[in-house]
Amino acid sequence: MSENETIRVQVNGKEREIDRGHTVRSLLESLDVHPGMVVVELNRDILERDRYAAVAVSEGDALELVHFVGGG
Amino acid sequence: MSDMGTMIEDARALDGPLEIGGETFVSRLIVGTGKYETNAIMIDAIRASGAEMVTVAVRRVDLDRTKEEGILHHLDPQEFFLLANTAGCYTAEDAIRYARLARAAGFNDFVKLEVIGDERTLLPDVQATLEAARTLAGEGFKVMAYTNDDLVTAIRLEDAGCVAVMPLASPIGSGLGVVNPYFIREIKTRLDVPVIVDAGVGTASDACVTMEQGVDGVLMNTALAAADDPVRMSHAMKHAIVAGRLAYLAGRMPSREIAVPSSPTKGMLD
Repeated sequence: MSENETIRVQVNGKEREIDRGHTVRSLLESLDVHPGMVVVELNRDILERDRYAAVAVSEGDALELVHFVGGG
Repeated sequence: MSDMGTMIEDARALDGPLEIGGETFVSRLIVGTGKYETNAIMIDAIRASGAEMVTVAVRRVDLDRTKEEGILHHLDPQEFFLLANTAGCYTAEDAIRYARLARAAGFNDFVKLEVIGDERTLLPDVQATLEAARTLAGEGFKVMAYTNDDLVTAIRLEDAGCVAVMPLASPIGSGLGVVNPYFIREIKTRLDVPVIVDAGVGTASDACVTMEQGVDGVLMNTALAAADDPVRMSHAMKHAIVAGRLAYLAGRMPSREIAVPSSPTKGMLD
């Protein structure tokens, strides 16, 4: 795969090489994450759920995918 | 209906509901969802406790195993009122970030604000808690603030716009029970918003004694999750909370250090 076809992003603190052209929604799907079950922070800003399909993932982006877990 | 169910029904007739930030709850017990051995035990225990409000934490999705990890795969948000916490945060900035993420999940505007200041005791950083409380209340959050048993901080948190102030009974996960009932009572006396004692309850008697101080409710996690039988302990806690509440409302007899006979002293045989 040539450099042009992939980009490097950070997902939950880990660097990943992903295909160019992903939206947030398609990236979630490729990671097997249900968009309705997570909250996404893109470069420290919360991304509204209805914008997942509209926002492109770019080189160097930092994404945080969080959800609720057990806690007191 | 079982006898135990009847006891709780009776309690409802003898006590009003718990109102926090415009929401109404019958149960005065709020429970956490952490540290259970299995999700099935957690659900059974929470149901046994009668709690309607349950706390959850915000964490990264583990991308290696996404299917069963999220608590909403197990806990129905239609059945319970979710109270997201900011547990694990050590700065106001982090706590605000976690609160915003939690609200973006779309369930409600409530947050259990927790800013820790010391790793060994998990005692709160009250200055950072106040700072975060002011910011979050300004953003429309309904802040339920975990704090220590300090009256002045409790008053400041109420002034900051918190919908509930939650002093600890003793350190998180310690099971030491209420170490300073006088301060808990004083906080309750001086605040208008609900006072929920959060953290430190170890067993049913602790919960009962805590409620006897007149507070509005108790939040616990470890006392249930770390019991040998969490479901049975949850039943016990449900009754302890009701017992303590009703004893408080009933008004206890004065205690004294000499005996007073319960039977007539007149009419004894020669």
